[in-house]
Amino acid sequence: MSMPFYVSPEQVIKDKADYARKGIARGRSVVVLQVIEGILLVAENPSRALHKISEIHDRIGFAAVGKYNEFENLRVAGIRLADMRGYSYDRRDVTGRSLANAYAQTLGTIFTEAAKPFEVELVVAEVGADPTADQIYRLTFDGSVADEHGSVAMGGSSEVIATHLTEHWREGMSLAQGVQLAVGALGRSVPPGTPGAAGPRQIPLGHLEVALLERERPRRTFRRITGARLAELAGAADG
Amino acid sequence: MDLPFAMVGEPSFSAFLAAHRPDLMASRMSTSEASATPGEAIAPHGTTIVAVTCAGGVVMAGDRRATMGSMIAQRHIEKVFRADDHASIGIAGSAGVALELVRLFQMELEHYEKIEGSTLSLDGKANRLASMLRANLGLAMQGLAVVPILAGYDEHRGIGRIFSYDVTGGRYEEYAYHAVGSGSLFARGALKKLFADDLPPELAVQLCVEALYDAADDDSATGGPDLSRRIFPVVAVVDADGFHRVGEAEIAAVAGAVVERRMARPDGPRAALEVRP
Repeated sequence: MSMPFYVSPEQVIKDKADYARKGIARGRSVVVLQVIEGILLVAENPSRALHKISEIHDRIGFAAVGKYNEFENLRVAGIRLADMRGYSYDRRDVTGRSLANAYAQTLGTIFTEAAKPFEVELVVAEVGADPTADQIYRLTFDGSVADEHGSVAMGGSSEVIATHLTEHWREGMSLAQGVQLAVGALGRSVPPGTPGAAGPRQIPLGHLEVALLERERPRRTFRRITGARLAELAGAADG
Repeated sequence: MDLPFAMVGEPSFSAFLAAHRPDLMASRMSTSEASATPGEAIAPHGTTIVAVTCAGGVVMAGDRRATMGSMIAQRHIEKVFRADDHASIGIAGSAGVALELVRLFQMELEHYEKIEGSTLSLDGKANRLASMLRANLGLAMQGLAVVPILAGYDEHRGIGRIFSYDVTGGRYEEYAYHAVGSGSLFARGALKKLFADDLPPELAVQLCVEALYDAADDDSATGGPDLSRRIFPVVAVVDADGFHRVGEAEIAAVAGAVVERRMARPDGPRAALEVRP
């Protein structure tokens, strides 16, 4: 009979965290930032069908990086939770905070109890009546929640992107300025599979997934920005 | 957020609700005992809804009355709703159950759209409504029947289409026009005489108001335009641009004109008989 080796809890947690971090770092990044018009969500995503950004409820959006099947699972669970709450109470009673809490509990439980942690990082964003009422929650693979302001970057090379965002994001940015900042920031990341690529890249428009939680819109505020509108916003600074 | 929430696959909100929160489903109100009082005496009933296809889409309209037995329970109830961007739902029958069905159906369509990232086809919406209605059969047998009507713009075929239902969940496509509710017989008579293919939407709106006027004229449970309280039918137009509810001022003008013409001719516009030369 073989005896299992003793592994300290610290070691188990560290191994799981390293494993999750490595998984997340392999993926492309997502940026979420506040602009005058609402909350802007931008992902570098070559796929047109497999989304990283999604609508959850009237004023709540979702952005994720990491393993697709895992965050897709969480996205669907979030929509179910939000819709059921909105149906049993009222649409106004669906809040980003309660959703972030539910995600935190779920991720925390999976991290400690499951053999393999989820390799995901999420943002739950709720657009307010004015920018001061905006709420952006960032959730990591172990269930920790951070209440963010201004801008958030997640995914591979998120430090480089976050640095760029912190330097250039300021309050009262317009949507066009926000899109340009986000695209510029994502361009600083090192694309997966090409280590050591130097200098900022220009990400083709077709590889961007962009959506806005539009502050002034009644009811469902989530709108995807694609095609000519995206080109116009991304190119506005050049003209 | 436990495991059921993360269950793979099911894009139907009503199926999810039935499995995890059956207490929130109106269809579960049904009791096994036979009801001693008829359904229309214990809860308000909504009455007449009409729908008419028109050039590039479809128009739906409903009167504003709810009755409880011989009493008018409400004079300003709304019975025509936006189902989603390209569909409208109208309801006749037991108002409480019907409004809950509308809420569930709206949620069903939105939920599917969010989870799948695409909208259901118009036939898909019509079929979902049929199966949701079937769940209410127990209530219908106890006198709390709901009879919805679905009208929408079929983006695939580029036309407006109308679907009617029975309490067993039977789904029937109607061509040209249809009406449901207690005043529907009279409304259908008016629609039959006045309908023409590919009416411009403005005329289809007018036709709906005329038909509702005739329904109110002969059915005590249907309310006509109330000029003194300024309560007018709820009218919605659905076309390629989406669902659009006709504005208060606009419908007031249409209803005002219809009433004005009835002052001169109480039975309404005349359909011409063929005259031999």
